[in-house]
Amino acid sequence: MFSPVILITAILNGLLTGAVYALVALGLTLIYGVLHIINFAHGALLSAALFAAFFAFHLLGLDPYLAALLIAPIFFGFGYALQRLIIGPVSHGDDRNMLLVTLGLSVVIENVLLYAFRADTRTIDLPYAFQTIDLGFTFLPIPRLIGFCLVFAVALVLWAIMRRTDVGKAIRAVAKEKLGAQLAGIDVAHIYAITFGLGTACVAIAACLLIPTYYVNPTVGDAFVLIAFTIVVLGGMGSVPGALVGGLLIGVVESLSGLFLGESLGQIGIFLIFIAVLLVRPTGLFGARA
Amino acid sequence: MPDRKSPFTRREFIASSALVGAASLAMPSILRAQGAGVKLGILHPVSGALSYSGTQGRLGATLAIEEINAAGGIKGLGKIDPLLGDALSTPEGGTAEVEKMNSAGVAAIVGGYASAVCLAVSQAASRYDLPYVVDVGVADSIVTRGLKNTFRFGPGFGVIAKTALENLAAINDAAGKPAKTVMIVHEDSLFGSGLAKLLNAQLPAHGFQILETIPHPTPTRDFNNVVLKIKAQNPDLVIPADYYNEYVLLARTMQQQKVKPKGIYSVLGGAASSYKFVKEFPEAAKYIMDCNHWFDPRNPKALALKKKVEDKGQFYTYEVYMNYSCVMLVADALARAGSADRAKLTAALESSTFSGHVMPYGPTKFVNGQNQGAAPVNTQVLDNDIKVVLPANFAQAKPVFPMPA
Repeated sequence: MFSPVILITAILNGLLTGAVYALVALGLTLIYGVLHIINFAHGALLSAALFAAFFAFHLLGLDPYLAALLIAPIFFGFGYALQRLIIGPVSHGDDRNMLLVTLGLSVVIENVLLYAFRADTRTIDLPYAFQTIDLGFTFLPIPRLIGFCLVFAVALVLWAIMRRTDVGKAIRAVAKEKLGAQLAGIDVAHIYAITFGLGTACVAIAACLLIPTYYVNPTVGDAFVLIAFTIVVLGGMGSVPGALVGGLLIGVVESLSGLFLGESLGQIGIFLIFIAVLLVRPTGLFGARA
Repeated sequence: MPDRKSPFTRREFIASSALVGAASLAMPSILRAQGAGVKLGILHPVSGALSYSGTQGRLGATLAIEEINAAGGIKGLGKIDPLLGDALSTPEGGTAEVEKMNSAGVAAIVGGYASAVCLAVSQAASRYDLPYVVDVGVADSIVTRGLKNTFRFGPGFGVIAKTALENLAAINDAAGKPAKTVMIVHEDSLFGSGLAKLLNAQLPAHGFQILETIPHPTPTRDFNNVVLKIKAQNPDLVIPADYYNEYVLLARTMQQQKVKPKGIYSVLGGAASSYKFVKEFPEAAKYIMDCNHWFDPRNPKALALKKKVEDKGQFYTYEVYMNYSCVMLVADALARAGSADRAKLTAALESSTFSGHVMPYGPTKFVNGQNQGAAPVNTQVLDNDIKVVLPANFAQAKPVFPMPA
């Protein structure tokens, strides 16, 4: 019913959108995989990071892609502090408390943003925001293409950190056996906070990739976080490649089901695949045993 | 026993994902201003999905109240004491605020904004015979249910759609009928779907062929597929009916994918007649036409209010001047009733001939709660500004159609 040109373009669009979903999910899966925290504040943190990218552009004149170099470390620090000073101490080691604390944090962050910046929707206008690459049959927006490439770069860095550094080893050790890691001399509270910081930094980078083509308001993160939760379960909780593949898959499925079923029903495709994966492979695509 | 590091199972994880929704349920609040006089409920969705519009509406209402109070308040009754309520962008949120405002003893309620909220609020207020003035809510059922307490100052859906279609046909005819095919892109709630249904029923009678109608949810994160479909079918006209964010994304994606129909004609378009959109994306906004609520450009009071709002660093959106006008309307009725008594105020609203507002409606006249003079106008983005192009007696410029390449 649709010509191959439309189908191919829709798949490309899906991949470009899916990459950003993947980066948001990457942060979430890291936090879940190690800390077992279901981080409800993830969407609010994304909104906050979008505001940071917006103001970095407006007040400092920083291009969002450059701003990522500034905002990601700041959000790493913010995430570290959140875990070390609030989530960790308040939860007293009980995972259920952590869930409630992050839920509370999301309400606080969103309302602080609402209070500070009002509900106004803001966008930035970059000179290259409307530039495209002409593939002959379609135009690929350059900002989204840059975003796509950067997501892979971030995933690679993250993977390298997890596999090649001492911190990464410590994170994996804590994830596998908290008590054992503690006995081996690893500062568990510090590793927890680092992991939360890394997850938050991922969200900050995702925000910098989103802002050139998207908008920001205090609740904008919610639209992404439900999708991210789906990707985390689909890809396997705590799995970096799982989040990446899951994100791309969800992007393509959403795009194609939007095309065939209409945008209103586009989400159905996502959840059908989601249910099918859970039925056939309950640990997710790349998940290890529970 | 499986090795469990976490008390969470996958099932719990998925189930608790549903809690994400709960995070958006903020605590409703009624902020009370100080002072005696007449209590007036100002009810808008200032948090949740519609918070931008709600905040703008609240701004318009409070500006009117400040103005009235600065001039000494309402004759014989004293100053207006506003009770600001948050409808949370949901009908239930609106209803809960009505209960609180009623117990606080307000004389009337102004606001609502979204049709779904207005429907719920009007019903809740009618239980207490509490006069309610709808600021925007366009669903016709708001005033056709025979509720004595409900008054709508602005136009309803039926009138807007009829005017929009007649004006579209007139513009097309005047240009030599260049547009024959149409695609409609609409958000899929009460507002967009209702409008799409009306357009589908009536456009063919005006000589237009509808190629496709594309619904999408709010929020929609990506419009590339929608634009892809538009590109493939190449319609003469694109008619979007969306809220602000989606409208901007759609227009930006169309610009990015170099899709240029002969015209973009919106009905109650979320951004088409928004100064913010024109300022931020002048290229994407160029020549877009809209049939929407608009102030009377010849009224000095409307222009003074525009300056006041812009001096505050805010955009002069329709929520602002419609709410401003509604509060002025209630103040006039209160002065004529000479009392905050609900029955007397309702009677005063019923017989209102108020003309001190900033809309192009003429003197107010309510029949079954609907202001008979209320009508939308057609605007077009010309020279980085928004100009009224129809009706002729308000027009500041002639419509430019088809769009120059």
